[in-house]
Amino acid sequence: MALINPKKKEVQVKIVYYGPGRGGKTTNLEYINKKFKKRIQNEMVTVKTYGDRTLFFDFLPFDIGEIKGHSIKVQLYTVPGQVKYNATRRLVLRGVDGLVFVADSMDLRREMNIRSLQNLKENLETFNKSIFNIPLVLQYNKRDLEEEGIPILSTDTLQRDLNSRLKAPSFAASAVKGDNVAATMKKIIALTVGSLRKKLE
Amino acid sequence: MDFTIEFDKQQIESIENILQEELIDLGVQSVILMDLAGNVIVNLENGDASHDVYSLAALAAGNYGAVSAMANIIGEQEFSLLFHKGEEESIHFSKVVEDLLLLTIFNKNVSLGFLRLKVAEAIKRIQVLI
Repeated sequence: MALINPKKKEVQVKIVYYGPGRGGKTTNLEYINKKFKKRIQNEMVTVKTYGDRTLFFDFLPFDIGEIKGHSIKVQLYTVPGQVKYNATRRLVLRGVDGLVFVADSMDLRREMNIRSLQNLKENLETFNKSIFNIPLVLQYNKRDLEEEGIPILSTDTLQRDLNSRLKAPSFAASAVKGDNVAATMKKIIALTVGSLRKKLE
Repeated sequence: MDFTIEFDKQQIESIENILQEELIDLGVQSVILMDLAGNVIVNLENGDASHDVYSLAALAAGNYGAVSAMANIIGEQEFSLLFHKGEEESIHFSKVVEDLLLLTIFNKNVSLGFLRLKVAEAIKRIQVLI
């Protein structure tokens, strides 16, 4: 649940980027950090392991202005994608308000995407949350690889694999190039903040 | 379980007063009352320092969770003293109630023993309010 501070008239919203390892979650945040530098007052925090992979999480706080007289502070997090870091993923999911699932479009990663989404569903259940009730956006990342001749899954296949029951908004994106990175973020912020509107009235 | 405690304006003001009296007036640089999702509920500073409290809270929540998991592995419920000592500044963590943490940042002029005593008093007074 988002935290509402009635004294400061401030709302803190936690959005987590989830998905298989090396799928581009951190790259999403890095792009946002660069692109919206002027609106981001704090440095991006990142806890990396040997080999430049996310160990704990990345964290990027962000002011998006006012809604109903409350200033909204969005906090973007990523989780470590590798299977073995599930305990850490669960820690980061605590108190999550909105989710972006970053799927890897590479042919080879088809199974990993499905497993990671299943893992998300199970981890949410440990917090008594359902993947069907939480604001969620899917991002099919690495679309740019097609130009390099690397086999990628069609968006139809990705939709069928991941989104046939969820029916969440989805974006074909390239985090490296920045295509649809901002659109994904804007969508999840709109969904998450929209779900809070009632509370702020 | 995932729950969030909701605070009204009066509760926040009362908590601020307690933290001011018990900790800031003692010489502590900064106190943060936060939840384990990494949200900052109350933050007070003595004016000498300005920290990036949102990043600190995010990392502290992760750190606290990790240390608690370590405690469980060796058969402990939790570690009651969580404290990082630096050359100039140090950080003290304390659980207030399930899901709420109090973070205290202080320098060499404040003794750890006295700080722990005052933190315990502040927590007792806050627990009555929530």
